Amino acid sequence: MLIPSRKLREIRLGINSLLQHKLRSFLTMLGMVFGVGSVIAMLAVGEGASKEALDQPLEEESQQTTRTFMSIYGLLYEDELRIAQSFPQVLRTVPVKILRKVGRLGEHTMDLRLLGTTPGWFQLVRRPLIAGRALLPADLKNLANTVVLTEYGARRLLARENSIGQQLTLGGESFQVVGIVRSETGQGEGLQSPDQQIDAYIPLTTARARFGDIAVQFSAGSRSRELIELHQIIAEVDSTSQVTATASGIEVMLRRFHKKKDYSISVPLALLRQAEATKRTFNVVLGSIAGISLLVGGIGIMNIMLASVTERTREIGIRRAIGAKRRQIIRQFLIETMVLSTTGGLIGIAIGLLIPWLITLVAGMPTVVTSLSLLLSLGISLAVGIIFGLYPAVRAAKLDPIEALRHE
Amino acid sequence: MAEPAVQEKQASSHEAVLEKISRFYRMGGNEVRALDEVSVSFARGSFWAILGASGSGKSTLLNLLGCLDRPSAGRYLLRGADVSQMDDDQLSEIRLRSIGFIFQSFNLLPQSTVAENIALPLYYQGWDPARSSQRARELATRVGLQERLDHRPMELSGGQQQRVAIARALANDPAILLADEPTGNLDSATSREIMQLLSELNEQGKTIIMVTHEEDIAAFASRRLYLKDGRIDRIEP
Repeated sequence: MLIPSRKLREIRLGINSLLQHKLRSFLTMLGMVFGVGSVIAMLAVGEGASKEALDQPLEEESQQTTRTFMSIYGLLYEDELRIAQSFPQVLRTVPVKILRKVGRLGEHTMDLRLLGTTPGWFQLVRRPLIAGRALLPADLKNLANTVVLTEYGARRLLARENSIGQQLTLGGESFQVVGIVRSETGQGEGLQSPDQQIDAYIPLTTARARFGDIAVQFSAGSRSRELIELHQIIAEVDSTSQVTATASGIEVMLRRFHKKKDYSISVPLALLRQAEATKRTFNVVLGSIAGISLLVGGIGIMNIMLASVTERTREIGIRRAIGAKRRQIIRQFLIETMVLSTTGGLIGIAIGLLIPWLITLVAGMPTVVTSLSLLLSLGISLAVGIIFGLYPAVRAAKLDPIEALRHE
Repeated sequence: MAEPAVQEKQASSHEAVLEKISRFYRMGGNEVRALDEVSVSFARGSFWAILGASGSGKSTLLNLLGCLDRPSAGRYLLRGADVSQMDDDQLSEIRLRSIGFIFQSFNLLPQSTVAENIALPLYYQGWDPARSSQRARELATRVGLQERLDHRPMELSGGQQQRVAIARALANDPAILLADEPTGNLDSATSREIMQLLSELNEQGKTIIMVTHEEDIAAFASRRLYLKDGRIDRIEP
């Protein structure tokens, strides 16, 4: 009980002494406040920018980073269900069935490539709508005869915006044109997007009901018939780091249900590597910036501490003359620095939280404050403050008390 | 530490005994003899003035007596204990328990109150706050500053500041009060008040050793030691 109360008293005396030198304490703390604050803010901005950079492909080039692809032939409707249910990290699965049908719109008749899929497709690849609407869950549920043209298909069929609502005959069935979407631009290379040169999308259920699962292929003059349920299943995984593991998990699962290896899995590895490289670059840049600002902050703290000790040399001399031991002087300074560093660090955290918030508010930039950055900057600044605060104190305590007393 | 115990009896009537104390400094290549084999005994309850021209070794002698410095040669017995070979921590402890300093420029902590200044030695002695502030009040009353406990030194006159310093020097109930030109920064009326206060303390039994260069201030002391070039010139009476 004796020791804690004495410690408390020392801390109280330290606070008193700091309050007695308000300007100096304020200046010392300022270095700490902005050291901690700027590191947290900088890391938050960097983290936000890095996250945005990694998220960007998701929006614009859609399936680049977090998708695995599995193709082709021999996939079953069940496979999609299994994948969706067995892997919690799979956010979405999109089944794809490719058909060739003769289509007629008004007077134009054309051989068309159709893609039977679900509304998830449009969320996954984010094809912007030109007119009308995309496929809806209701279309699938009702086996509706609805068709969404691609820009490419619309051009071939000479369809315009006013074509929406018209009837498109596909393989003898009459479908209503409900929308036109922009085509695959080709910029998302390496992701084997299966809708290049696709003319239209129809609901998967409708495709199955109207046209069945038997595909007829003409090659070298002969006809072959093949049962194909799905041509492709696209699985979206929740984070880049999970992709490879998920792909091998799916592979294991498929192997169990398919006696013959009539499928293949493709992972956009190059894109994954690129994402990782981007992240690494960000980490290096941010780390350097944070390190430099902490160093600058530390030098600032040391400066003001040295100045403060010089200013207080006489005080140290007085205390020594009265009977304070060297270690008591060091202790006094250490406690003061610790109180100062802790207070400054806490204010710094507040500022470090405020600045990113303001940046997001004013500049609309995304910022992410991680608890690691809070701990790191506070910890390092405390260490820097104590080390740089202790050094001048040790130096001061070693002074000859006679010299210290003479100091003006 | 068996030796000091023996000497305690021999030196019982003396607060401080210097035996052939020398203090040399190295300045550049030269050796400066600030004190050269000074031997003197300061009796318990005596009031000494140390006089001499500047550079005669007065301050060096006072610093040695106050355990702020260690002699290059010779022995210093303080209340029978040989302090001449003690390390820094031990000297700090001696200063804390047995020495009271009064300086020419008062040397108060400017940001602390009168009460805090007076109680400073008690803090290092580990007194609890309630007791030490009680003691600070008593000491302030003794030097006539009971109304000024919460003032800062800058709000006080020079004479009042020196009274605070005297109260602080008394806080640890020291064996010796050492005063280094205690009136050097004061006008003559205030100087007289301070000297009267010191005389009273001496009458109450405190041993006082005071450095001064003014004869009329030295006249308050019962004995005067004149230094010249680091040696004792003469002692009066």
